Amino acid sequence: MASIEEYSSITGQASIDELFLLAKQLEGKSVQNINSTAVGGGVAEILTRMIPLLKQLGVNAKWDVIKGNEKFFAITKNIHNALHGIPVNFMDDDFSYFLEINKMNANEMDLSGDIIFVHDPQPVALIERQKDIGRNWIWRCHIDFSKPDVRTWKFLRTYIEQYDCAVFSAPAFARDLTIKQVLISPSIDPLSDKNKELSPEVISSIFERFGIDQSRPIITQISRFDYLKDPLGVIKVYKKVRKYLDVQLVLAGGGATDDPEGPRIMEEVKHEADKDPDIFVLFLPPASDIEINALQRGSTVILQKSLKEGFGLTVSEALWKAKPVIATAVGGIPLQIAHKYSGILTHTLEGTAYWVKQLLNEPEYARRLGINGKEHIKNNFLITRHIKDYLLIFLSLFHKGDIIYL
Amino acid sequence: MNQSQATIVEPFQFYSKADQTVLLDKKAKNIRELLDGIKTVSGASIYFHTHKFLQQHHYLSPEPPNDFGYWITNVLNEEVLGEQISAIDIIQFKKIADLRLQFIEVIESYLQTAERIVDAPRGEEFHFMASQTFVYPTSYVAQTLSEFKEILAKISIHSLYFHIFDASLRLEQHENDFSNWFRRLGHTRLADEVLRLDPYTFTLEGLREKIIILIERYGKH
Repeated sequence: MASIEEYSSITGQASIDELFLLAKQLEGKSVQNINSTAVGGGVAEILTRMIPLLKQLGVNAKWDVIKGNEKFFAITKNIHNALHGIPVNFMDDDFSYFLEINKMNANEMDLSGDIIFVHDPQPVALIERQKDIGRNWIWRCHIDFSKPDVRTWKFLRTYIEQYDCAVFSAPAFARDLTIKQVLISPSIDPLSDKNKELSPEVISSIFERFGIDQSRPIITQISRFDYLKDPLGVIKVYKKVRKYLDVQLVLAGGGATDDPEGPRIMEEVKHEADKDPDIFVLFLPPASDIEINALQRGSTVILQKSLKEGFGLTVSEALWKAKPVIATAVGGIPLQIAHKYSGILTHTLEGTAYWVKQLLNEPEYARRLGINGKEHIKNNFLITRHIKDYLLIFLSLFHKGDIIYL
Repeated sequence: MNQSQATIVEPFQFYSKADQTVLLDKKAKNIRELLDGIKTVSGASIYFHTHKFLQQHHYLSPEPPNDFGYWITNVLNEEVLGEQISAIDIIQFKKIADLRLQFIEVIESYLQTAERIVDAPRGEEFHFMASQTFVYPTSYVAQTLSEFKEILAKISIHSLYFHIFDASLRLEQHENDFSNWFRRLGHTRLADEVLRLDPYTFTLEGLREKIIILIERYGKH
């Protein structure tokens, strides 16, 4: 894993120096992160990268995981779905069992951090210990919170409002809460396998392996084969473009999905691909970061035609590779793309096809969008910015006011 | 001015800043609601929406306009009002309160003659936010103009931003920190030339280069 100093080659030494300056202000304070899983899932992935970097900056950061059983995690999965607005039937004792497991963890865990940084709903009720032990508590929500199920939200709200502040990933997730709410967007790691520089030879070898012709234009969407990512819509876009331009389509991503419509969509996608040798459907296993990196780098235009998104970090990944991106204006995507400056935001299938044609026919404009997009990601969506935001939220627990002189 | 006079001026301490984005749970789906928000949010929110884009998009030329102008033009497709709001000359305002009044005046005047009020597509409402700003000293201190120039070339854009933009408007000082120090050093022409720049029309890197050129041109006695 990369050290914090290695990021200076990307962000400049001054930015890294400033992280050290901010971290120094936290001297003597410990930060205890708590979530529900040590491996798998986005939160564990972020913490795995973030904790060592915080430590290198001199922050006394640690990470603990709550214990739960199958019943508890089945309930938390339902809570997760309910927060996404999916209808869920809770059993009568679900919420009380959820609280019981939280209470058990709260009593067993060593909650000794000066700052207790709780991630997602699973451990949210640990805050009940605050009455006894005090400390500074932050609740970090990593999931789409735009239309939560009313009953679930009402239940969680009682606990969330006991925290000192709450953190959300996109402005649309802000709620009517009595506590301070802060925006911290997720980030990508420019030195990870998924985003690091690749040689043209590595890229070409991967395209050759999949049988894709690099001499002709390629439009690509990287995503799960899930209704919300609209792969069938992407195929329709391709067909509209194909009438006028010689182009290939790559749909690549993992197959795992909870979506009940998933298998049907997968079948239809395969069926469409079977009929057209220029459509490439790639079901990639979990450890395919280099392949995804190469596919993004070797494509002409990247699409993200999602119907709904939590944040949509694949957009940042593609922009980081200076690729022109056309994406629907949902979730966190409008934060990543300023329309016509650093990419294209669309709302319809027709609009997406129109812009694909435009960008294929105007490569100079497409190139400029890509260059701007890369700069935008460099300044706003890299892990170094994410670390800075975390340092600021820790500091904000000890300072009040619009302008704080450290 | 001779060298002994210059040495009594305090050295220039370079500061930097970092902003935390605070969500206000207030949103607007059309111009009327945007106006209502502009009237009622804190000064820190007006500052955020008229300045945050400069830091987020500081590399772009041309730069996107302020958040209000961008949303009106690109989401509501109200190009005339969007252009009017984008063209508001932020540099001429010495107080956030005056800048707020200018936005209110332009939008109210538009609403008097508007034939229809367009709603944003669902999910693309305007979300009001605000900045909580942390200001901290960097390790860079300039004793002389030549040291200043050398440091200016390597400070972060956030430091540059703090001394030029925050000093003038958010902290309601009459001039930016650089001009102020140049003046105290006795470099009046240099101070005036830097003050004359409209920093809102440069990218931050462009602004850095321009100030370095001005130091080279006017920094000699």
